[in-house]
Amino acid sequence: MTSEPRRATDTDPPRTWERRILVLYAHPSPDRSEVNRHLADAAIRTQGVTLVDLYGEYPDYGIDVDREQARLRAHEVIVFLHPLYWYSTPAILKEWQDLALEHGFAYGTEGTALHGKIFFSALTAGGPELAYRAEGFHHFGIRELLNPLEQTAHLCGMVYLPPFALFSARTALEEGRLETHIADWVTLLKALRDDRLDISHAQKLRMLNAELPSLIRED
Amino acid sequence: MDGMLFQLFVYLCAAVVAVPIAKRLGLGSVLGYLIAGIIIGPALGLVGDETSEIRHFAELGVVMMLFLIGLELDPSTLWQMRARLLGMGGLQVALSALLIAAAALILGADWRLALAVGLIFSLSSTAIVMQTLSEKGLAGTQGGRSSFSVLLFQDIALVPLLAVLPLLASPELMLINADALAHAPTAANAVAQVEEMSLVAGLPGWAHGLVVLGAIAAILFGGYFLSRPLLRFVAESRLREIFTATVLLLVVGIALLMTLVDLSPALGTFIAGVILANSEFRHELESDIEPFKGILLGLFFITVGAGIDVEILFGDFATVLGLTLGVILLKGCVLFGLARLFRLKTPDRWLFTLGLAQAGEFGFVLLNFSMANSVIATEDAKLLSLVVALSMLLTPALFVIYDKLIQPHRSRMEPAEADEIDEQGPVIIAGIGRFGQIVNRLLIASGVRTVVLDHEAAQIETQHRFGIKSFFGDATRPDLLHAAGIEDAQLLIVAIDDRDRAVQLVEYVKRRYPSVKVLARAFDMNHLYLLRKAGADVALREVFDASLRLGAEALKELGMHPFKVEKMARAFRRHDEAGLDQLYELWDEHPDVSRNRAIMARAREHRETLAQLMETDRLQLHDRTERGWTPPPTGAQE
Ligand SMILES: Cc1cc2nc3c(=O)[nH]c(=O)nc-3n(C[C@H](O)[C@H](O)[C@H](O)COP(=O)(O)O)c2cc1C
Repeated sequence: MTSEPRRATDTDPPRTWERRILVLYAHPSPDRSEVNRHLADAAIRTQGVTLVDLYGEYPDYGIDVDREQARLRAHEVIVFLHPLYWYSTPAILKEWQDLALEHGFAYGTEGTALHGKIFFSALTAGGPELAYRAEGFHHFGIRELLNPLEQTAHLCGMVYLPPFALFSARTALEEGRLETHIADWVTLLKALRDDRLDISHAQKLRMLNAELPSLIRED
Repeated sequence: MDGMLFQLFVYLCAAVVAVPIAKRLGLGSVLGYLIAGIIIGPALGLVGDETSEIRHFAELGVVMMLFLIGLELDPSTLWQMRARLLGMGGLQVALSALLIAAAALILGADWRLALAVGLIFSLSSTAIVMQTLSEKGLAGTQGGRSSFSVLLFQDIALVPLLAVLPLLASPELMLINADALAHAPTAANAVAQVEEMSLVAGLPGWAHGLVVLGAIAAILFGGYFLSRPLLRFVAESRLREIFTATVLLLVVGIALLMTLVDLSPALGTFIAGVILANSEFRHELESDIEPFKGILLGLFFITVGAGIDVEILFGDFATVLGLTLGVILLKGCVLFGLARLFRLKTPDRWLFTLGLAQAGEFGFVLLNFSMANSVIATEDAKLLSLVVALSMLLTPALFVIYDKLIQPHRSRMEPAEADEIDEQGPVIIAGIGRFGQIVNRLLIASGVRTVVLDHEAAQIETQHRFGIKSFFGDATRPDLLHAAGIEDAQLLIVAIDDRDRAVQLVEYVKRRYPSVKVLARAFDMNHLYLLRKAGADVALREVFDASLRLGAEALKELGMHPFKVEKMARAFRRHDEAGLDQLYELWDEHPDVSRNRAIMARAREHRETLAQLMETDRLQLHDRTERGWTPPPTGAQE
């Protein structure tokens, strides 16, 4: 696992793409990851994408706020890449939000640094998709469960997209669903990067993966 | 020789017996010394005429006391108290002198004599008051600080007084003295002595002034530029007694210089003290001079008691007592008025009034001087000396009144005075080598007030240059710890490079000051246990953290994910510390590691479990958080 991708340029990547993408990756135990680790690797290999391994960079949670804010400024798309832990993100992503989304930077009258940027969460859940609905085991849909993130994005003036999610993640590998998911993930990143994603349509969906092909324009 | 030993024996005996008893009875040490003096002098007649000589010598105690007071006051503090110093002090001296002079006039004295007596009695006793205030812990109160300002002004005022008093000479006395001088030169010994020992006698006014200014300039210059290199040089020799000798030389030298130019020696050493207040040697100076000061001051008080002339006292008891009470009353009125004027709170007002109402030790000096200068007749001077002595003798009684009647109301009458709220106690760092430095830097960066002690003058010098409050001296010495403020310290950090002394230091501080938390650096496991046993609240092995970090860096270099490394290091630390605690239980009973079978066995066991853990990768499972992040087995969820 490469934990320090493009460190030298991640706060100032070249502007050769329509949008530059920042993937904030959070997995406390990457050695044991069966899905997220591969998504992270795929993102690293995708041009125009900066991947930050938060647990790798801040093993003691000592988040460098200035560095994180510079990264945010330098990208137009912000993605959280993480397993779903207790219907939310792993702890370091919460710490990251608490510190990086400062008043005067991310919100407040002066805080306009994130205005217009696109935000979404790419997550993997242990539970099956059917369980994530009102009648299901988990009682709430995945988009509903991410309401705090959605509202955070709104407060920061960002464009919120529904999650890109993989359910039953623990069996994805053996059931052969991993390959397609990774391919979809890369397609999604590239479409965002090249401004080929129908943003206004995507905003209304429950999840990004469901109708991915119909969201993407080919040029 | 025999005679001297006998004298010494008598004085010491008196002090050893009387002072602890007086203290036990709540009378304070000063009264104890005075009573001891009365017992060996007028009461038993064990000591005689030599007391006045001894007193002269013992006045060095007062001089040292002012040096110590100076050391506590850096120039900026002194500057802050200028209003109180000049206003209160000036008014006190002027008003008391006038009032007492007026009373003397009414009693039929000549105006010159009246004024001289007024001036002499306007001074109070620095020795008694400062000693008593600090003994009772009142020096920091508003009343205590005001008292100090006035006393300091009086010390300064001594200079012009010595110049003014000869102008008040009575023509008749001059005639008599001149006569006596002509007929029997010995009678005017005193005069001759003064002239002999002076650099300025007989000089015209302007030259006198120049010499005096030169002397003060010499003290300032020497204090700023010469004393520190000198002290550092001597300190480097690591000969403790020579350092002490140097300090004594400094004090005695200044006192001598001041005497030669007719200035108060106490004033000179006070100035020197203020100059050295910011130096790294402050605590060392303090702890070196302190015992001398204590003994000499005690001796001084004894001589005051012993010097009471019973014949005159009982021959004219009513007069002496009447005059004494009169002086105390008049001075008390002035003081009380001033206390009101300067808005002292009620209990402080009484402390100020009762504390400063006596006449002082400089009274003896000035009376002798006046006698020699034909200002006061010998008989009168003796009587007035008695008044001075008696008023000093009564002072502890006045303090007792304060203790019994005023002090108990203190807390009720005045909840807490803003500027008196105790500053948070300091953190004392013993040893400022590579280890202590880092601790100190972290604390200072976090806004914590630290006091640093080290016995390497060079280390202290470096710290000093960076503006860190640091003092030279052996941190294991109780007096130095005391001077550094161990009583109200919050923490003591022990980072000295001597294993055994570190343990002794911890042991001593925990025994004497159980409320001070002690954090200590340990060299290794055995040392850690010794420190723990000595009572250290926290003891850490010095290389453990760095080694662990370096190990962690190695793992990262090998490509392990940093967060995993972090978890491994944490788990390792926990395991290691747990083992340390387990072994301690065994060690405590058998402090000799090498011969302790049980401990060896346990250590081996512990190492084996660690090896096992490492082999089977169970260290990770050992880490509770890692278990938390392990997803449930596949398929377990519904
Ligand atoms: C601490 C913890 C909390 C979890 N909470 C949830 C949860 O709330 N909902 C869910 O569907 N799966 C939950 N899971 C399962 C993870 O989401 C799943 O193991 C992960 O997405 C697999 O991805 P990976 O192989 O990249 O680690 C949890 C797992 C752990 C370790």
